[in-house]
Amino acid sequence: MEIEVTGYSFPNDIHILWSLMIVMYPYITGLVAGSFVVSSLYHVFGRNELKPISRLSLVASFGFLLFATLPLLNHLGHPERGFNIIITPNFSSAMAAFGVFYAAYLIVVMLEIWLIYRKDIIMLARRSRGIKRAFYALLALGVYDTSEESRKLDHNIVVVLASIGIPMACILHGYVGFMFGSVKANSFWSTPLMPIIFLCSAITSGIAMVVVLYQILSKLNGARIDPECMQSLCRWLWMFAIITVTVELLEIISLAYERSEEWMVVGPLLGGKLAFSFIGIQLVFGALIPIILLGVVVLMKPFLTDPLRNTMAFVASLILLVQVLAMRWNVVIGGQMFSKSMMGFRQSYDPGLFEKEGVAVAIGIFVLPFIFLAIFNKFLPLAEEDVEGDGKASAAEPQAARGA
Amino acid sequence: MEDKSAPFNSVPGMDVPSASSEEPAMTRRECLKRSAQGACGAIFVLACGEELGALAQMAGTPPEGEKYDPFKHEWVYLIDISKCIGCGSCVRACERENNVPPHYFRTWVERYRITDSEHPLVDSPNGGRDGFGPEKHGEEGRKAFFVPKICNHCKFSPCTQLCPVGASFRSPDGVMLVDEERCIGCGYCVQACPYGSRFIHPVKHVASKCTFCYHRVTKGLPTACVAACPVGARRFGDAKDPDDEVSQIVATQPTHVLKPELLTGPHCRYLGMSMEVR
Repeated sequence: MEIEVTGYSFPNDIHILWSLMIVMYPYITGLVAGSFVVSSLYHVFGRNELKPISRLSLVASFGFLLFATLPLLNHLGHPERGFNIIITPNFSSAMAAFGVFYAAYLIVVMLEIWLIYRKDIIMLARRSRGIKRAFYALLALGVYDTSEESRKLDHNIVVVLASIGIPMACILHGYVGFMFGSVKANSFWSTPLMPIIFLCSAITSGIAMVVVLYQILSKLNGARIDPECMQSLCRWLWMFAIITVTVELLEIISLAYERSEEWMVVGPLLGGKLAFSFIGIQLVFGALIPIILLGVVVLMKPFLTDPLRNTMAFVASLILLVQVLAMRWNVVIGGQMFSKSMMGFRQSYDPGLFEKEGVAVAIGIFVLPFIFLAIFNKFLPLAEEDVEGDGKASAAEPQAARGA
Repeated sequence: MEDKSAPFNSVPGMDVPSASSEEPAMTRRECLKRSAQGACGAIFVLACGEELGALAQMAGTPPEGEKYDPFKHEWVYLIDISKCIGCGSCVRACERENNVPPHYFRTWVERYRITDSEHPLVDSPNGGRDGFGPEKHGEEGRKAFFVPKICNHCKFSPCTQLCPVGASFRSPDGVMLVDEERCIGCGYCVQACPYGSRFIHPVKHVASKCTFCYHRVTKGLPTACVAACPVGARRFGDAKDPDDEVSQIVATQPTHVLKPELLTGPHCRYLGMSMEVR
């Protein structure tokens, strides 16, 4: 066995234990929380310009949520006992809270989606025949009331659910940060800033994902990208990208400035083994470039054409998605690179392409939410009904009037 | 001197009867009686997250006529750094006793050499299992010593606190144990242990660590490493027994624990520890 550790590592600290799967897990839950926050900007905070993406972001959050547990399960030594986290939790464990938060959040998001799509479901049930009709009838859960009054009630419940959902999404993801931040044995993880860093980058990745999905969906539907909506998304994304990088740097700078014991091992790590993914990807490529691009979009709005702005936003969002993934990698893998002896580094970790917890599986898991979104879109439109040029949804409008 | 009062240290390693073969078989009446007691306790056991059940499974059968009561003991471990010669007998004994997989360690020995450079030279080739080679030229230290390490069986152990399913638990006699039937193999406890005492068993895929040889100590035998140590650098005692020599040393002499700043409350004490040790 080839072991190349530098310095002195505890003999049980030779390998990196938490793999690429544990990188994917906070990445996907971050997208869950982030896209939910975007949808809430419309549903709760009345940012009406974000209406075109309010459904898309909510369903995206649901899609990522459905597959968020897969990387964890794939990593467990005994996945068949994984359910024990929910049925026999140890309440002093941060990880055990996962089941409660996950289940509660899942219920809230499902209810919210159902209420938002209720009218569409009823319309589609009335329009279709045969199995399709039965399917939509099943989704309608036997409620066919589309009166103005019931729609208003729906809306009010959605506002309440979304309001409950925001803290829940924040807890769901903040607790992922807490899971790392509360490990006092690991000086790189152990900081109360960790949940905040995770939350901010989660919201950044969520907005970036919505920008990407919205542009792709509009292309597929042949619909116009709403300029006000895109401009607003860019503004939010810019703000959260700046906050994210600030808190990420803040953690490192305080460690370095205090010249704490941790810095003696974290410093050489960030400048050495992690230099490419930390300085290269997370800070320069992943943060500097998109922050400049988005700054141009936000500050120089009058000078930009719509296609140029859309392209810049799309590129900035893709890069930010990579940045957040790099940040997860740097925290999860980087935090394990040094031994708890604080005197040496572990064997480096390069995930194999086809191993159990390798790259192919990670990509496979990450693709699943998008497949879910595509299938969802086949049955219920992801695009907002009021968006111009969205033929499918707006066709339902007159019928809705007749039905009511 | 240490061989007089502590019962465990008076048993030389070679004379220790094997765990399973020499215990008298339980009588049928007693077996039935214990089963009935067990059944009564079953509900309680379930309510306690099966911790006690696992404890019973891990504990050996107590000697005839003397029932092991975990509430009457609190095990402590004492390591005298000045005595350790780095022979690795303890590591090999632990490996044999507990079927420790190769390249993983429930106990290991580190060699510290304090030289003129800023950082001490530390190594532990294969956990010190096969001893240590001679010092290379230029690596001779101003002082050098061996540091045996095991699970510290912390009173406020981070590993138990954050085990999501309660598979890691603390027995009433102060031993941290892992219920292999419950462990989901998430590895959170391995991340949480500041001492690197835990690992995920490569075959069983569950967390594994030093158990203070719970199957032995509950029968009145010393841990395998203590029994194997030829120089008495490792000692085992009962903090609840005022006559126990180890407990007297811990009570009256300056001892140290590893990483005291983490406030984990280790049950493993060191005599003559140097500040360089992590």
